[in-house]
Amino acid sequence: MNRTHYQKKKAGVWLALAALLLVVSPSWHGAPLYSAEATLEQRVADIEAYMNNSGRVTTAANPPVESKVAGPGPGHNAWMMTSALLVLFMTLPGLALFYGGLVRSKNILSIMAQTMGITGLVTILWWLFGYSLAFSSGSGPEGGSSFIGSFTQFAFLKGVDSMPNTDYSAWISQNVFSMFQLMFAIITPALILGAIAERMKFSAVMLFVGIWMVVVYFPMAHMVWGIDGFMNGVWNAKSSIKAIDFAGGTVVHMASGWSALVLCIILGKRTGFGKRPMAPHSLVMTMIGTGMLWVGWYGFNAGSALAADGIASTAFVNTTLAAAVAGFVWPMLEWIFIEKPTVLGFCSGIVAGLVVITPAAGFVTTGSSVFIGIAAGIVPLFAVVKLKKWLGYDDALDTFGIHAIGGTLGALLTGIFADEKVNPALSANLHELVGKTLWIEQLKAIALTIGLSAAASIIIAYAIKRVIGLRVPEIVEEQGLDIHDHGEEGYADFQIIIR
Amino acid sequence: MKLITAIIQPAKFKDVKDALAKEGITKMTVMNVSGCGQQAGYGETYRGQDIEINLLKKVMLQIGVNDKFVEPTIKAIIDGARTGNIGDGKIFVTNLEECIRIRTSERGGEAIG
Repeated sequence: MNRTHYQKKKAGVWLALAALLLVVSPSWHGAPLYSAEATLEQRVADIEAYMNNSGRVTTAANPPVESKVAGPGPGHNAWMMTSALLVLFMTLPGLALFYGGLVRSKNILSIMAQTMGITGLVTILWWLFGYSLAFSSGSGPEGGSSFIGSFTQFAFLKGVDSMPNTDYSAWISQNVFSMFQLMFAIITPALILGAIAERMKFSAVMLFVGIWMVVVYFPMAHMVWGIDGFMNGVWNAKSSIKAIDFAGGTVVHMASGWSALVLCIILGKRTGFGKRPMAPHSLVMTMIGTGMLWVGWYGFNAGSALAADGIASTAFVNTTLAAAVAGFVWPMLEWIFIEKPTVLGFCSGIVAGLVVITPAAGFVTTGSSVFIGIAAGIVPLFAVVKLKKWLGYDDALDTFGIHAIGGTLGALLTGIFADEKVNPALSANLHELVGKTLWIEQLKAIALTIGLSAAASIIIAYAIKRVIGLRVPEIVEEQGLDIHDHGEEGYADFQIIIR
Repeated sequence: MKLITAIIQPAKFKDVKDALAKEGITKMTVMNVSGCGQQAGYGETYRGQDIEINLLKKVMLQIGVNDKFVEPTIKAIIDGARTGNIGDGKIFVTNLEECIRIRTSERGGEAIG
């Protein structure tokens, strides 16, 4: 190892960290002026609003009286903090174990390191300007549009404190909301790791994710969930595409899945792909990860109600049924058409069911969720077993087959099965479309998502290939990424089994 | 009859196996071993503590062959395992007294092939 080169690199990292610490700015919070004391009726109405998760009656503006329950509502806030940690649990360690078990033992730590690297990198971006780009109002005084929010409004989480942001919820703290949404921003790029496992350089992974978040994720999150988002059919009456996405079928699963396909094609296949055995080294680990993903997914789906209310209950039940049904259908089809019901089949079916129900979770009836579960056990299985073979790309751990195909299927099925009786929020702006042509709006959202993810990923991947290269050398691929990229071994006291 | 024992880099094992198959040699016993030669080992770092790993992971192959297969086997192993760097490994060739196939009790060259 060349020492001077190493030290220069270290100096650069210190400089970057110092620059980060210099730009912290204090948060500011203005005190409103009130002209009158709240009446008993107004105070009761506020408590009713909390129970029903609707907007406060007493406000600083109209009527200008001080609310006696001015802060966040404890129940909703508690559920959102719980949901945020459940979604983090999906990534650390759920997804890391799920993917880690699927790679060969010499690459286990590369998955762990990339997952944790993404967690840190995305959190820093989120604090700097990510949350602002995704969730500030694009029509506010500090710039932005329906495609992306303001760069500065919430930069450094300025003004994001325990008071709710009523654009999204009257009863959960905005800082809790921002952390909940951060966990989604972390797991999304981590999903891409599955497609590029066992051959992409750590430095190239970090660089790709850093740019991809800004170009794809923050705009997607703003378009679909931002209060004035281009594709936010539920809350934005003026949205151009009146699509719905409950917990992230487009933003999370389609964006990551389609980008993963593009990246794994540009990156190329693993050396010896198709000729040498590349069996998962620990399906036990994968099963543990699957269980954690399922548990964590309650935070992902039921938490996306942004309240501990009836919609969250519906999403909770639908999540359970779709995952269980798909997790049963997939291995049964394997048993009938391939050979045996496999553990990886159970795991894949469960994750596919969770992916496909994600955009629909709080919008459909329990019956529909069973149907969605059956479809989730069939379509991604076909993509993973047949489509991958026909097209010949090396999507190492099937990010495309499960997340892109599953996410797309889910987005479309949501358009077909969404029901106003299940979620009254659909009545506000979409009464004319629900149950009729909503699926056409979903198709438009699907097209925009695939277009943006694929086009951006092509440009970012080729740019990185030109500048620092994407892959490790072939000999490193044979030795495993762990020793080369991280200087450690996952199983230091054990022999790597030759196959 | 000779017993060929080769110690090679684990990362080159697949190339060696492919090269042997090309010469028609498909029977072998493979072991994970550790050892050291001229190669100096490598460093791993755990919480800033450098650890020198001196015994390196290697793969050992044992192949029993009839005399006319000795040279092709050696050539295939070299073709597959050679990178030109220290640590490529060694090949040992030893005389083999007898070979018996357990299933049929055949002996000698018949049993090896």
